Amino acid sequence: MLTVDKITKRFPGVIALEDVSLALEAGKITALIGENGAGKSTLMKVLSGIYQDYEGQIIFKGQVVRFSNPRDAQEQGIAIIHQELNLIPYLSITENIFLGRELITQYGTLDKRKMKLRTQELLDMLKLAVKPDTLVAGLKVGQQQVVEIAKALLTDSEVIIMDEPTSAITESEVEVLFEIINDLKKQNKAIVYVSHKLDELFRIADNYVVLRDGKSIESGKMEGITQDLLIQKMVGRSIQVQRKAVCENKEEILISVKRLFLKHPVRQKEDLLKNISFTVKKGEIVGIFGLMGAGRTELLETIFGLHPFISTSEIQIENTRVIINSPSDAIRSGLALVPEDRKKDGLVLGMDVKTNICLTTLPDLEDRGFLSDLKEKTLSEKYIDELKIKTPSPYQQAKNLSGGNQQKIVLAKWLATKPKLLLLDEPTRGIDIHAKSEIYKLISGLAEKGLGIIFVSSELPEILAVSDRVLVMAEGAITAEFSSIEATEDAILKAAIPKSVYENQL
Amino acid sequence: MNLQKYRADLIRFQSFIALFLLCLALSIMSDKFLTVSNAWNVMRQISVNICISTGMTLIVLTAGIDLSVGSVLALCGAITAGLLRNGIEFPSGNLFIGFTLFGAVVAGILTGSALGAFNGWAITKFKVPPFVATLAMLTIARGLTMLWTQGFPISGLGDTFLYFGTGWLLGIPVPVWISGTIVLIAVLITNKTRLGRYIYAIGGNESASKLSGINVSKVKITVYTIAGALAAVGGILVTSRLDSAQPNAGTSYELDSIAAVVIGGTSLSGGRGSILGTVQGAIIIGVLNNGLVLLNVSPFWQQVVKGFVILLAVIIDKSNSKND
Repeated sequence: MLTVDKITKRFPGVIALEDVSLALEAGKITALIGENGAGKSTLMKVLSGIYQDYEGQIIFKGQVVRFSNPRDAQEQGIAIIHQELNLIPYLSITENIFLGRELITQYGTLDKRKMKLRTQELLDMLKLAVKPDTLVAGLKVGQQQVVEIAKALLTDSEVIIMDEPTSAITESEVEVLFEIINDLKKQNKAIVYVSHKLDELFRIADNYVVLRDGKSIESGKMEGITQDLLIQKMVGRSIQVQRKAVCENKEEILISVKRLFLKHPVRQKEDLLKNISFTVKKGEIVGIFGLMGAGRTELLETIFGLHPFISTSEIQIENTRVIINSPSDAIRSGLALVPEDRKKDGLVLGMDVKTNICLTTLPDLEDRGFLSDLKEKTLSEKYIDELKIKTPSPYQQAKNLSGGNQQKIVLAKWLATKPKLLLLDEPTRGIDIHAKSEIYKLISGLAEKGLGIIFVSSELPEILAVSDRVLVMAEGAITAEFSSIEATEDAILKAAIPKSVYENQL
Repeated sequence: MNLQKYRADLIRFQSFIALFLLCLALSIMSDKFLTVSNAWNVMRQISVNICISTGMTLIVLTAGIDLSVGSVLALCGAITAGLLRNGIEFPSGNLFIGFTLFGAVVAGILTGSALGAFNGWAITKFKVPPFVATLAMLTIARGLTMLWTQGFPISGLGDTFLYFGTGWLLGIPVPVWISGTIVLIAVLITNKTRLGRYIYAIGGNESASKLSGINVSKVKITVYTIAGALAAVGGILVTSRLDSAQPNAGTSYELDSIAAVVIGGTSLSGGRGSILGTVQGAIIIGVLNNGLVLLNVSPFWQQVVKGFVILLAVIIDKSNSKND
């Protein structure tokens, strides 16, 4: 249905895509895989008309096409659903779906009735049981995604490109999404599914295309290929996620958290976190697993002093009671938090690497009341070196570095505070496999030096590979604890599924 | 490559180049422009805006704004003038407190600091957007000025006091010394101290700053307090130059100040900009005002021209940052 023939896209100084070819078939789901920076997003931008100046050609339904802008691509039948949803929160579903292509009555006013009817049809087809007048702000992320799909169907798109569609939705929403995708497949749509999550691809995709360093490495049928083989093709070498050797004699308790409660910021009667108690020993990596909404991030934030007025707890660090009411209290007690969203909460993107690394320890970098350039430079160069941060100089702006290197900057700025306990919230989210394994190594190295580490992740293989002990959270409480020997994917998942959902399924 | 470097230099000095071209054009068009006395006259006039705009820059760098500076300037000028001239009388207790020059000036500056701190407190404690909080203060301070002065100017403040606004020291007008010192300190703060670094960090990413253990509220309150104090200094300069505290002094000064900040290349979304940029911005506005007066352009047209200059400056700045 759609063929991409030897497309090359150049940016000043870089070739983002080189001679990339692929073919999409109607009624088939094609998985597009590759590490970050492999050229997936560039390819999608070419396909959806965002980039017009490329070499090579796109053949769509037997004709060579060149879209002049995203709208043109949409009208000809190619829709893209971006990772960050592009909906307007305070407009209704109908208004969002018809945005920019509103139906007009003969008097020139909006034909609300017709638009609403059409929206209802689309929602029925996608089995989304909400009213067309509902504001998008009131929908869950998974439901918003369905609205995006409805938007794509409105223009009768024949090719639908989905960029990391499951990155922000819950397991049960994933199931709904997969059903929809299978329906679309039956309607003979060609679907491109971009995802890092290989297990999903095995469940849903028919074909695959692997991109590496801007080139299309291989394509073929999903049937008969294994996960390891795919990874090998993506990275160009085989890497193993190896289980960490369990270290013994970790006896000394570093932190003990007892009876931690967190109230809902608005609905005061509701507890977001319920009676959480646990300990971390020196040199121990404790993995915390939970589905979206289980309260993992809130737990780390509460320990770090971000919710002082709505939480209660008893925290002891090295057998001394501490009271943490703000991040600066937490830092003083030896805690460090690498937040989930490094761009939003971790870095000042417009500042350079040096300044970001030094931000947590400025009082130590002063010389007679003024900041010392020399001290800042020495500190940042030490960590650039130690963590192998790839940057042309300490004066490079953080926003110009790759995700993995940005994450290392965040780690560096926290290691500079000489913490005793490192709280890591999804530290490998959105970074490529190579950078991930570097981060794992770093973390294990830190634990060997005696740091306690809490490692929150929603990726099971990662948790199993890294942790000495696994805690599982569901609905704001800890539901299970496993040593790394007992831990299996099945057992962890079972404990992570909220009781209410679980019982419904039985 | 060379061309790129050339371009980058051009961008760095763009407001300087603009200023140079402006001066060149004005000296051709008017023989009164390029004289020593006119130069000092311009510098004296812009000193007040430089004081206010220095504080404004610090605030804008944290992604805030202060609309109250004009009213705070008026109130503090009036308080200094009133205390100096009349002192405070408590009719009930038969108590009278007289003020020395020093005491009156300090009281004026403390008033400005207090109002600034109040702004900062409202913004950080109750999460009132800076635009709204300082808009409220604009009205509050103007009202307090009217109450304090009863709507009449306070004049006859004594020769010593007039020295601040009209005097000379080592061949340079005193207001230029004062604003120059303020600029120097502010440059040091922004480039060389922890506070300065925190200001840029908060403007660049407030939530990351908070998580890094920075006491965001404290920094913001400090910045608004400094801005209030500097508005007070501006008020004292204005009052001294006119030998009179006018109840409606400083009206719309906040706009000139924001204009100077923006022309100087500081981003209204915070995190990017500099004090020296603002100084250039203030000089451009001052020279433009002065030139238009010398060229006998009507005051009404002056406002129109100034508006377009601000717009142009921001458009150029936007297109530069896009090319970054």
